[in-house]
Amino acid sequence: MAQLLFNCFAAFTVVCAAGVVLNKNVVNAAMCLLLSLVGVAGLFVALNAYLLAFLLLLVYAGAVVALFLFIIMLLDTKGDQQPGLKHLSLVARILAFALVAGGFVSFFMRSQLPEPALATTPALGAELKLYAYQLFTTYLLPVQVLGFLLLIAMIGVIVLSKKFAATEDAK
Amino acid sequence: MADFYFNLPLWFRSLVQGLAVIAVIFPIAGMCSMAERKVSAWLQGRPGPNRALPFWFAWVPVVGPLLQRLGIFHVMADGGKMLFKEDSLPGHVNKFYFILAPIIAMMPALTTVTTVPFGAYFDVAGNVIPLGLARVDIGLLAVFAVSSLGVYSLILAGWASNSKYPFLGGVRASAQLISYELAMTLSVIPVFLWINAPGQPGTMSLARAVEFQSQPGLLGGAWFIFIMPVAALIFLVSLFAETNRHPFDMAEGEADLVGGFHTEYGAFKWGLFFVAEYSHMLIGSGVFTLLFLGGWNPLPWVTLSQLAVWLHVAQLPLVVGVLSIAIFLAKVLALIFFFMWVRWTVPRFRYDQVMEIGWKKLLPLAIANLIAYAIGIAVLQK
Repeated sequence: MAQLLFNCFAAFTVVCAAGVVLNKNVVNAAMCLLLSLVGVAGLFVALNAYLLAFLLLLVYAGAVVALFLFIIMLLDTKGDQQPGLKHLSLVARILAFALVAGGFVSFFMRSQLPEPALATTPALGAELKLYAYQLFTTYLLPVQVLGFLLLIAMIGVIVLSKKFAATEDAK
Repeated sequence: MADFYFNLPLWFRSLVQGLAVIAVIFPIAGMCSMAERKVSAWLQGRPGPNRALPFWFAWVPVVGPLLQRLGIFHVMADGGKMLFKEDSLPGHVNKFYFILAPIIAMMPALTTVTTVPFGAYFDVAGNVIPLGLARVDIGLLAVFAVSSLGVYSLILAGWASNSKYPFLGGVRASAQLISYELAMTLSVIPVFLWINAPGQPGTMSLARAVEFQSQPGLLGGAWFIFIMPVAALIFLVSLFAETNRHPFDMAEGEADLVGGFHTEYGAFKWGLFFVAEYSHMLIGSGVFTLLFLGGWNPLPWVTLSQLAVWLHVAQLPLVVGVLSIAIFLAKVLALIFFFMWVRWTVPRFRYDQVMEIGWKKLLPLAIANLIAYAIGIAVLQK
């Protein structure tokens, strides 16, 4: 039963993820992203990582995709405008393709992971206290770096969106 | 009887329990729309709906006219109207999302019920066993996560309607709901810092919050609204914003947006939006009751178990269960009345004021409150 559910959620996630990329309509793509995230949350539940499942729903499905939709609606983009192939976008495409290809190659070369010793592996994603403890001890540096990155992004948004009085005068 | 029930397969019992809870939530949400009209009338000094009456009921003495004046039959008349009215589909809408939006509105509203405990009983050993559909350890997080999906119904309804007023309503709703989620989440952290005392397993369970408010002693028996009044205030204000209630009902704002996101909707689809709104209010009030108003404890410093002993029913789980659910529902309905009271008393905010309250007032206040309580709790529980 659990295995069947896991497989269903996995297939659902992949189909929806394909929908994100293949959909012409941007709103449809965003909704596919939402469903794909719900599928991943289902996978987490099947793996007994309830905390991660609900955090994923809360942060990504509840807020991030809603913001995506918000922006899509504000910009009112039509899916049919195809800008010309610029140099930068060409490089980005080649890089993205190389990444995907690399992922596939490594998947087929080394997809057999050693069987983990389940009894000794702590279920970090399942319990609140364990998760928080790991976050503030073992993974403190990544958390700090990510927090700093978000701070930079936040300051960047303020700089970009706010009109400063001094610069207005200088013009 | 009880043995027979517990011998049934688990999936069947879950199904029955789930349907039973939905069968309670749905009519209460419907009755709330009626109560709204009656309360508004009462607050504005007019009689309110008092006409509808099935003709045979007029022959019943005293009770018939009384129910007529209370407007009870208007609920049925309204429900019937919603069902039988022509469900028109405007030609300019995106049909798929237009029909999907009211369905999405109902789904999170009814799904969150699973993680909200609504009563308790005592087992043979005298332990308090919470009554709820699912006993999850991350209760509140689950409620927040699933109810945050409700925003999609407003966004999609606004976008799919393909006309400017619903669109503006949808855009406003998405910005507002995301803004107030922050303050709301931050405001409850002090509660769970207090509950997760050192040496105990970490939990976000709502039943545990009630358990913590039913301890002996001055501090133990106090409801969290007395211990953390600022957190309760922030949570309540955010709840108004999250449920799109007046004075935060920017998504509808009939003065400037006709009807907001549901301008193009009619009949049963429109009704679904409203049942969803009241279900959200019910669940939000339920969470507020559990966190800050002592859950199923009758009074501050008077716990359910004390009441059960006084009434000599502590040995009857069924009676205690019904009693606890009644106390809980009474608190929730009192909160719903408070929602309506505010709606018909306070004028609506302007949209920039809503954003300012959310980002410049509530969020810093919630952060300051969190830091103050974190320090206080660290000193107290050391």
